[in-house]
Amino acid sequence: MKKIIELKNISKAFDGETVLDNINLDIYDNEFLTLLGPSGCGKTTTLRIIGGFETADQGDVIFMGERINDIPPYKRNVNTVFQRYALFPHLNVFENVAFPLREKRVPKDEIEERVNEMLKLVALSGFEKRGVNSLSGGQQQRVAIARALVSKPKVLLLDEPLAALDLKLRKDMQQELKKIQKATGITFVFVTHDQEEALSMSDTVVVMSEGRIQQIGTPIDIYNEPKNAFVADFIGESNILDGVMLRDKRVSFSGHVFDCVDSGFELKEPVDVVVRPEDVDIVPEEKGMLKGVVTSVTFLGVHYEIIVDINGFKWMIQTTDFVDVDEHIGLYIEPDAIHIMKKSEYSGMFGDYSSFSMELDEIGELEEAHLEELSELGETDASGNAESERAE
Amino acid sequence: MKTLSKVYTALILLFLFAPIVILIVFSFNGSNSTAVMSGFSFQWYEELFHNSNILEAVRNTLVLAVASAVISTIMGTAAAVGIFRLRSKYLRAALDTVTNIPMINPDIITGISLMLMFVFVGRFFGLSNSLSFWTMLIAHVTFCLPYVILQVLPKLQQMDKSLPEAAMDLGCTHFRAFLKVEIPELFPGILTGMIMAFTMSLDDFVISYFTAGPGFQTLPVLIYSMTKKTVKPTIYSLATIIFFVILALLTLSNLVDSDTDKAIKEARKKKKAKNQAN
Repeated sequence: MKKIIELKNISKAFDGETVLDNINLDIYDNEFLTLLGPSGCGKTTTLRIIGGFETADQGDVIFMGERINDIPPYKRNVNTVFQRYALFPHLNVFENVAFPLREKRVPKDEIEERVNEMLKLVALSGFEKRGVNSLSGGQQQRVAIARALVSKPKVLLLDEPLAALDLKLRKDMQQELKKIQKATGITFVFVTHDQEEALSMSDTVVVMSEGRIQQIGTPIDIYNEPKNAFVADFIGESNILDGVMLRDKRVSFSGHVFDCVDSGFELKEPVDVVVRPEDVDIVPEEKGMLKGVVTSVTFLGVHYEIIVDINGFKWMIQTTDFVDVDEHIGLYIEPDAIHIMKKSEYSGMFGDYSSFSMELDEIGELEEAHLEELSELGETDASGNAESERAE
Repeated sequence: MKTLSKVYTALILLFLFAPIVILIVFSFNGSNSTAVMSGFSFQWYEELFHNSNILEAVRNTLVLAVASAVISTIMGTAAAVGIFRLRSKYLRAALDTVTNIPMINPDIITGISLMLMFVFVGRFFGLSNSLSFWTMLIAHVTFCLPYVILQVLPKLQQMDKSLPEAAMDLGCTHFRAFLKVEIPELFPGILTGMIMAFTMSLDDFVISYFTAGPGFQTLPVLIYSMTKKTVKPTIYSLATIIFFVILALLTLSNLVDSDTDKAIKEARKKKKAKNQAN
């Protein structure tokens, strides 16, 4: 496949705060690529650097083999669908879509033909004369897409385009976007914080966090083979445990030794172990590899979501079998349900389903106790207080 | 209580508008008495339109008002865009304050300082009399400018920041994006600013008094000099006409404003309804 955009060692800081830290990314012709991550991870900045609205502090943007760092947006063969659509309120639907063609001085009949063709593609024929403010959110979205596609760009950038739509409309638009991408053969670079959206639409998913790329892969790879605790936690639900690799295909965690399918680790290497909640079977206690007590059960329609306490670590399990709170159960885990990851900076930060409120309460209490300590120190000795503040 | 508040309102309206009503009534007086109405007549209006001094002053005032409105609108819009695009918060606040100074500063000080500057610069270039139409124009643009900026700046802040970006994305240069997308968005603000600048220039007396040259007199300055002699009812009829012209302009500017307000409100309402539907 042909590379269409290459980002090489891109870094960017705003007011001294690093937003992008050495991003390297290849985008191929005709693919649907999604930049996925929580807000503030740098995904929108990456998109804006490709679009030409921001310039990278370091690194190169290569477009079809050519360095385009200093090319302004209007000379790039890349168009953007903005988060709030950015339709021109003083123009009607037809004129909005015709805007880029008029700028390029395309002949009148051709404009008419191409705009109508685009409006047909986004199912808005008959809306030509409507004002853009009289349209619904979904319709405005379609106008924005038509306007961005009418000048036949090589790449379409979409900045959380579905964020403002309600759930049902969002699902429909996901299908439609995918269809439009297939029909036009244009490369789509899509930004979202919604992991489900990313998994269902993309050919390639790029998971980002804190200005860095955590993992690049197909949706299935990203889900089944997460590279670290951040990816495992951000994509779907995960129980993430500390484990030790005993040898190839043998791992120990939660006080039990399991067969698994991963190999290539050093002997006794500490690792993060991921078990997806849907991959755990509930069995009678005496038959279980692990034994625990159910602490909560939530009915979610298709399945129950239960929290099981195993040696103080709370597991989340999704099951269609009913169990009661306080019941003692056993867990059975197949070898291929266990995914082993190298330790990373995110180890220990995710993957334990202890109730959040309890955790927060504990932290709050600790802080209060600490503050009291501080104020006591302050009463007796002002310099001591200053010191302990510095120690913080 | 209700009647009391009605009486109160009536009293306020009376105090506000009684002088103008009396002025209008006396502009149609048959004689030049300021105490007795002796029949309805248009004679003062007729005299007014035969007084070449007044007519020339009207022409001067209009030329000056149009010129200063156009110039201050162009400069003010550019200034607003410049202030809006400043990255530094402090610089922006500082410029905001500086632009407001001519508005808050007493006219008499603005007038004297401008006169002093014109005379000083004129002497510098060896002119015996530097005050003319051009000095007045500069003076009027100076005090009209803040009003335009004050109208355009909020429209810029209301505008979706990604609109100009979208235009550039779709093939516009910076300047064309401004012309094709930002100007239409800012237009209500620009128009209101222009109308305000026009009316400010039209009825300015203090600053004009100090900066007017002997060859170029505006209406307010002329009226002032006329009142030094015996007051003739022609002045009443002139004042009546000015009152109605300004009233019309004010109504127009309010209409433009409420139109955009309405559009904004409707858009908000629609959004709210949509959110509720979801």
